[in-house]
Amino acid sequence: MRIHTCIVPIFAAVGIVLGAGCGNHGQTASTSTTGVNTKSGKMLNIFMLPKKKGLAYFTSCSEGAAEAAKDLGDVNFVYDGPSDGSPDEAASLLETWNLKGADAICVSVNDPSVLSPPMKAAEKQGTHILTFDADGDKDSREFFVDQATSEQIGDALVDGMAKDIGGPDPAGKVAIITATLTAANQNEWIDFMKKRLAKYPKLQLVAIKPCNEDQALAFQVTQDLLKTYPDLKGIFGISSVSFPGAAEAVKQAGMSGKVLVTGLSTPNDMKKYVADGTVKSVILWNTKDLGYLTVYAAEAVATGKLKPGATTFHAGRLGNKVVDGDKILLGNILVFNKDNINKYNF
Amino acid sequence: MSVKALPALKINRTLLTLVNRQELILMAMICAGLAGAYQLSPTFLDPTKQVYLSSKIWDLAILSVPMTLIILTGGIDLSVGSAGALSAVVFGLLYNAHVPIWIGCLVGIGAGTLCGAFNGWFVAYVRVHPLIVTLATLAAFRGIAVGISHAQAYSGFPDWFTNIGQGSVGGFPIPGLFFIAVLVVGLWAMGKTPIGVVISAIGFNQNASKFSGIPVERIKFALYTLSGTAAGIAAILYVSWRNTAKADMFGDMALNVITAVILGGTSIFGGRGRLFGTVLGIILIHETREFLSWQWDRNELNSIVIGGMLIVSVLADSLFNLKRR
Repeated sequence: MRIHTCIVPIFAAVGIVLGAGCGNHGQTASTSTTGVNTKSGKMLNIFMLPKKKGLAYFTSCSEGAAEAAKDLGDVNFVYDGPSDGSPDEAASLLETWNLKGADAICVSVNDPSVLSPPMKAAEKQGTHILTFDADGDKDSREFFVDQATSEQIGDALVDGMAKDIGGPDPAGKVAIITATLTAANQNEWIDFMKKRLAKYPKLQLVAIKPCNEDQALAFQVTQDLLKTYPDLKGIFGISSVSFPGAAEAVKQAGMSGKVLVTGLSTPNDMKKYVADGTVKSVILWNTKDLGYLTVYAAEAVATGKLKPGATTFHAGRLGNKVVDGDKILLGNILVFNKDNINKYNF
Repeated sequence: MSVKALPALKINRTLLTLVNRQELILMAMICAGLAGAYQLSPTFLDPTKQVYLSSKIWDLAILSVPMTLIILTGGIDLSVGSAGALSAVVFGLLYNAHVPIWIGCLVGIGAGTLCGAFNGWFVAYVRVHPLIVTLATLAAFRGIAVGISHAQAYSGFPDWFTNIGQGSVGGFPIPGLFFIAVLVVGLWAMGKTPIGVVISAIGFNQNASKFSGIPVERIKFALYTLSGTAAGIAAILYVSWRNTAKADMFGDMALNVITAVILGGTSIFGGRGRLFGTVLGIILIHETREFLSWQWDRNELNSIVIGGMLIVSVLADSLFNLKRR
């Protein structure tokens, strides 16, 4: 029976490896809420579900959200999400929270077709559903906390590039590296970028390439672009993955300062490229404020302070915010450059 | 022995054939666990909530039936999760290519079956250890799934299709009915046909079985193939439930399925075990997993607890085997 005695450790080892590989979705920031059923009680249970846990972007949202929960005083706040970014894991979490008696759940919707059914089911059972960062189907939530309108983002990107290239009439070839060709957010921004580019007739958009949210692919695509268009003047990296990928490729090609990279990302990811001149401006919104506003809105909806049809509502330290139909606007674009980027840490 | 004691002995015997010691222990654990859960959070045991939470277990439950039979022969199938992912991705690809859904389902399940047959062929006829074969295909099937889908997720299936996975008949989830069908077939084959005895015989002593005329190769080949078919069915049901098909689904499936089977008292060395025990193992794992995330919002506890359960049950099994030797 030798074989048997050696199978046990092998098997245990395989089990451990499989187990370690599947250490999905955990939990970091949370104030404790344990299986409480307080739909009628004083404390509200508000849950925040990011697209992917562990991303600096969402972590900073959760910090702002926790701050809002503290300011409000009547909120038990829980932040958790799939660490592999899978929408079906997100759906499972959402369902469990709903069964536990959540008062409001704030979702950054990764894939509406996966998340809409559980979101609608939760709403039917009286849980308030809000979306933030990325919207879902309109009938699956009450409000969307919008970081900035697509128009604001598109304009800020193009204006930023024009300013970085400089001169009264900035000129040159520019390219866009997007997330995927089907990403709804990005496609809307691209539409507004094209409209805004008309303001700068000498900026010529030569290519729009996807990087499938893969930084290595963004790097590769940028290298190809630099080869295809030796006189390229600027690259837009319009996802938090394509931007650093593009910047790294430009830097390694020794083109820092000659080919300007701009786009959307978190400051920590871009600090080194801003320091060495590859990137002059990073476009984003204040993600902490986004989390803060989201929890304020969730609390207001759950307590009935914010109802459909309202046009403004008071969001703590952010003051009064505009409500446009079913959208709550955070609405200020933040441009990071070498003067201010070191003040932010997320 | 007095005559009076006889009926009592008889009852004891029938009880023992209905449930064995391991199964009694499991039932006690489940009851104790649920009682503890009730103390901590009474709403957890709400029937409607339990029905809702059960939707997360049907894929694992379906896969655990063929897995029990495979482990009974002394084999193992680590690749079920990957085979399922491949089935789902094939289904998603076909849907995107506007192939009618029912054809996509059949081809998807067919892909899973082929995966299983591939494992079965290597295990039965080439005689590579199943641990090695399925460890290799665990990686390979997943790789193919990622490759042909370009790691893309397919979603947006029509309502009538997602209603299969999300719907219920008389309050009972439809995927659960699939599990019951698979379980009934398994119980019938194990109890009412010679297959049950034959499978255990292979697990006890493969050579002896062979010399007594049991078609060991054919049975093994069939079991691994069926495991692939089950993976295909479970995967399509999952796609229908979650409305998404992607290459990284079912990532920890093999771990969970094997844990449920071993926990249910099936010996990892083969030869000893029952589907009834497996069902208890599934219930224990499911309730533990759901209660942990219900109570503590810490999902990383899941893999730790499941890994721990697996090790403890394997240790218990090998101690039991030592004693018998």
